[in-house]
Amino acid sequence: MIAEHVAFGIIAAVMVASALRVVTTRDIVHAALYLVIVLAGVAALFLLVGAEFTGITQVLIYIGAVIVLFLFGIMLTRTDFDQDTETDHKRKLPAILTALLLLAVMIGALVDRFEDVKLDANLPGGQTPQTTAQVSDKLFSQYIVPFEAVSVLLLAALIGAIVIARREEGG
Amino acid sequence: MTAATVMSGLLAVEVPYWASAIIKVGVVALVVPTAALVLGYVFLLKMMSFMQSRLGPMEAGPYGTLQLLADGLKFIQKEDIIPAKADRTVFALAPLVVLVSTFLIYVVIPTGPDAVVAQLDVGIFYALAVSSLSVVGILMAGWASANKYALMGGLRAAGQLIAYELPLVLAVMGVVIQAGTLDLQKIVTAQAEGEIFGWGGIGNPFILTQFVGFFIFLVAVQAETTQPPFDMPVAESEIVGGYQVEYTGFRFLFFFMGEFGTAFAFAALAAVLFLGGWALPWGDLTHWGFNIAGPVIMLVKVLAVAALIFWFRFTYPRLREDQLQRLAWKFLIPLSLVNIVITGIFKVVL
Repeated sequence: MIAEHVAFGIIAAVMVASALRVVTTRDIVHAALYLVIVLAGVAALFLLVGAEFTGITQVLIYIGAVIVLFLFGIMLTRTDFDQDTETDHKRKLPAILTALLLLAVMIGALVDRFEDVKLDANLPGGQTPQTTAQVSDKLFSQYIVPFEAVSVLLLAALIGAIVIARREEGG
Repeated sequence: MTAATVMSGLLAVEVPYWASAIIKVGVVALVVPTAALVLGYVFLLKMMSFMQSRLGPMEAGPYGTLQLLADGLKFIQKEDIIPAKADRTVFALAPLVVLVSTFLIYVVIPTGPDAVVAQLDVGIFYALAVSSLSVVGILMAGWASANKYALMGGLRAAGQLIAYELPLVLAVMGVVIQAGTLDLQKIVTAQAEGEIFGWGGIGNPFILTQFVGFFIFLVAVQAETTQPPFDMPVAESEIVGGYQVEYTGFRFLFFFMGEFGTAFAFAALAAVLFLGGWALPWGDLTHWGFNIAGPVIMLVKVLAVAALIFWFRFTYPRLREDQLQRLAWKFLIPLSLVNIVITGIFKVVL
């Protein structure tokens, strides 16, 4: 188990350092790129606990799509090269307070729920604790209602975004 | 002692974790540049020349085979220029991100029953996920160059790669439904052991049932590797090379290797998904001999797919941006969704 602990330590340290740079760097493109490192770290942590499917989805969705859209948006709206992409840090104090509050809530919830849960790392034959087939079986039987609800919610958000964007365009 | 026992003896040798990791990294690190060289020479230099009634490079080595090695040496000698206004770190990292994305695809491509770097439960999903990382590198290059052509190229590339990633993933879905697995090894065995209405003479390569998926996959691959007719992001006559415009020497070489390495990797994925991969439908699939014959069989199939890709490349004129987006969103994506629905119905009925 020592190797996993060392790996976790390294990944976590890199993630925390990058996460701090996301909010302290003045260049907004750099902030987005540091966020890539944080999200890659999350994917690595998923892989570390054997959640292959979740880890790879993390890469595909967050790095391959969300960050690309961030960068796309930033670069598309920045027309002049001499113009700064610098961000201001005016609302530093409320931001820090919100972040600390969120951290406290999440630590509380996670410790309360997972205090005594241990992952079984000694599966025979190097199996992953959770295969993709198991995930999809659960998703399409036990969790089918929440799954469909989320799908409809996303569809509604999508249509809403298009409607709002088109209205502005038409004037 | 027969060859089989020697081979099984070799496979049974316990290699320490770090050593096997180093060997695997070494194999991938060797395969990517070789793949780029092979594709570049066979298709970019020779096939294009023959299609245009000329000989192509003939001086460096027999039939010009060493031309790309000479080009590579030339690139390494060139001065490493970084524009004054460029963001130096991001500028330097961008080609590496693209190349790493290419390297990571090779990790899951199987070339034999044991000849694979890592057999993942989510194989094809992993390959598509890591291939999407190259967009980040391209956007980094476009932005960090501090050049308006580079930025426009980066934006065009991002718009194109986002649009064509969907048909790419959806085209693969048909194969995944039919094989019932995401594991590339199991997709290979499913095809080799498959039967066409009870006849197992040639197995059941998925190109027979998923020909629509194969077509969509090839078109999407063409766009993902920004090759003509989908080369708006690097269109030299409009934006002088796009995101690559400020790159010289070995950094440009990285982009070149990334492009051809990715083309080779996608051709290999197409060979695995649609043409049966390393396996032949006859013989025992777990036989050790497939570890030696497999890579050769794979190479033949990969070159066949690559020939198709490059044939498109040399034949069609460049698409306009609106035509390109329309093709992806209004034709390929609906078509691939229909393909998934039909495959799903057949899967349930049969």
